[in-house]
Amino acid sequence: MLQQAFNGLVGGAFYALLALGLAVIFGMLGVVNFAHGAFYMLGAFGSYVLLDSWGVNFWVALPLVPVVLGVAGTVLERLFIRRLAPLDPLYNFLFTFGLALILQDLVKREYGVQSQPYPRPSALGGSIDLGLFDYPAYQVFVLAVSVVVCGAVWVVLTRTRVGMIVRAATERPELTRALGIDVARWVTPVFGFGVALAAFAGVLAAPMRAVNPLMGADLIITVFAVVVIGGLGSVFGSVAAGFAVGIVSALGNYYAPSLSQTLVFILMAAVLLWRPAGLFGREEAL
Amino acid sequence: MILSRLAGRPVLLVIGLVAALLLPWFVYPPVALDIACWALFAAAVDLLLGFTGLLSFGHAAFWGSAAYATGLIAVHSGLPFPVAVLGGAAFSAVLAVPIGYLSIRLRGIYFAMVTLAFAQMVYFVANQWRDVTGGENGLQGIPRDFFGVDLSDPFFFYYAGLPFILAGLFVAWRIVRSPFGRVLVSIRDNSARARALGYSIDRYKLLVFVLSAALSGLGGGLFAIGHGFASLDGVYWTTSGQAVMMVVLGGIGTLWGGAIGAALIVELNDRLATAGFQETGIITGAIFIVVVLVFRRGVWGTARTLLER
Repeated sequence: MLQQAFNGLVGGAFYALLALGLAVIFGMLGVVNFAHGAFYMLGAFGSYVLLDSWGVNFWVALPLVPVVLGVAGTVLERLFIRRLAPLDPLYNFLFTFGLALILQDLVKREYGVQSQPYPRPSALGGSIDLGLFDYPAYQVFVLAVSVVVCGAVWVVLTRTRVGMIVRAATERPELTRALGIDVARWVTPVFGFGVALAAFAGVLAAPMRAVNPLMGADLIITVFAVVVIGGLGSVFGSVAAGFAVGIVSALGNYYAPSLSQTLVFILMAAVLLWRPAGLFGREEAL
Repeated sequence: MILSRLAGRPVLLVIGLVAALLLPWFVYPPVALDIACWALFAAAVDLLLGFTGLLSFGHAAFWGSAAYATGLIAVHSGLPFPVAVLGGAAFSAVLAVPIGYLSIRLRGIYFAMVTLAFAQMVYFVANQWRDVTGGENGLQGIPRDFFGVDLSDPFFFYYAGLPFILAGLFVAWRIVRSPFGRVLVSIRDNSARARALGYSIDRYKLLVFVLSAALSGLGGGLFAIGHGFASLDGVYWTTSGQAVMMVVLGGIGTLWGGAIGAALIVELNDRLATAGFQETGIITGAIFIVVVLVFRRGVWGTARTLLER
């Protein structure tokens, strides 16, 4: 039971990282990034290619791949996302949908649909005694890193000047601009950062999940449900819901395996009935 | 009277009907049927997107589950195919009630995310419920009985199926041109005012959602009969995306534009498949991006602007 819950936390770590990136981008730009799952997939493939072709190990890939994809994200924002931003947000959703199709099928064309192997970093090969049970060291590492990253983003958002600007721009963009803060300057880096978070999650996923072109697409739709559960436009809610959904799915997988995949959507339906704005969302988002 | 109002110009109506009737002479007949089914599907999505302002990114749930329902009815009951197709459409309408009831609580981009999530749920259910849906193998061997008439030739089956598509398109057009449709447009343009005028906008949204699902189901059911099988592809998110893509390519809010979008995309996919190119997402995704970036009015929307000038 406890071990199941722990499995859930590890699974939730990925939901949380992806939901965090989505929420940060949505808050700042009002864009729901459908390609988020594709960037996650590219993160995993990036680390695979680095190791396979150049022998670059996991510890280098972990910072390198997110930085490269984050920079690519800023270019994407500058060239396209920005152009569509003044229009109905649906257009950017559709744009990133098209982008996701392209990225996914390009990778599929190059590597096929079969899963590529990626070994665990040797330092984390064993297991750790957690007191009540032994647990694979790598999974513990993933959970710890994810908690640290989510915590760090939280601190940055609430305790620093940059975070204040981002939050202010999220809540009241016009007012923030009227106070003399250049909101537009922060849009591009925030988008790049969100993409980097997705890539980071992808690199973390490579040693423990199947690296294949479709790994991001299905996951991102579940993450959409997570974001709806957590609360529309709420960064904290997205992360909390990420971990919570992870635990619920793992327990569901244990007690009612046939429900494991649908459980998160049933949860979403319940939240929509009870609190349409999500657990931590604001009603004005409706 | 009705004819002269249809599509604004009777000439266009005649051209459209002639095109629909001659289609299997110019394209490979099974592809012609695909185009017709997708055209109805696109019109159903446009009913929500173009006329109510709701982007459903989960209509694969209705298209695909109607395909399964139609197939199951045809396989297990041996009833003529029109009964199976209508049964499939009815199944979609019933499924749309809970999904629509929950989804319309959210607006804009959140509506898109929630419908997408529900469709994914339907996909997982279909994938897991192997005894009924056949899982990854799909539901195979769907017959096309019609009182003993031999419809095995796709060329003839196209004409057997076309009346359903035309009836579905007519219903969509009637909805748009009715007082009910006017209320939908007012909800799209200014839902606060529509509410202030005393319209129960949630009830309107739910009703049009269910109608749209039923029309999608009609298309999906006929598609399943035409192919003789129903597969997981039908409920997958790419199917929802493809329908939206056809609407945008043809022109949002034009109703008929979706048919042009359907013809272009289905024909393109067929040619790519014939050429052995499997990763169609590279091409269709690129087209989608270009359309969204520089051609947002779509084919029909652009043509209409030029005609009215």
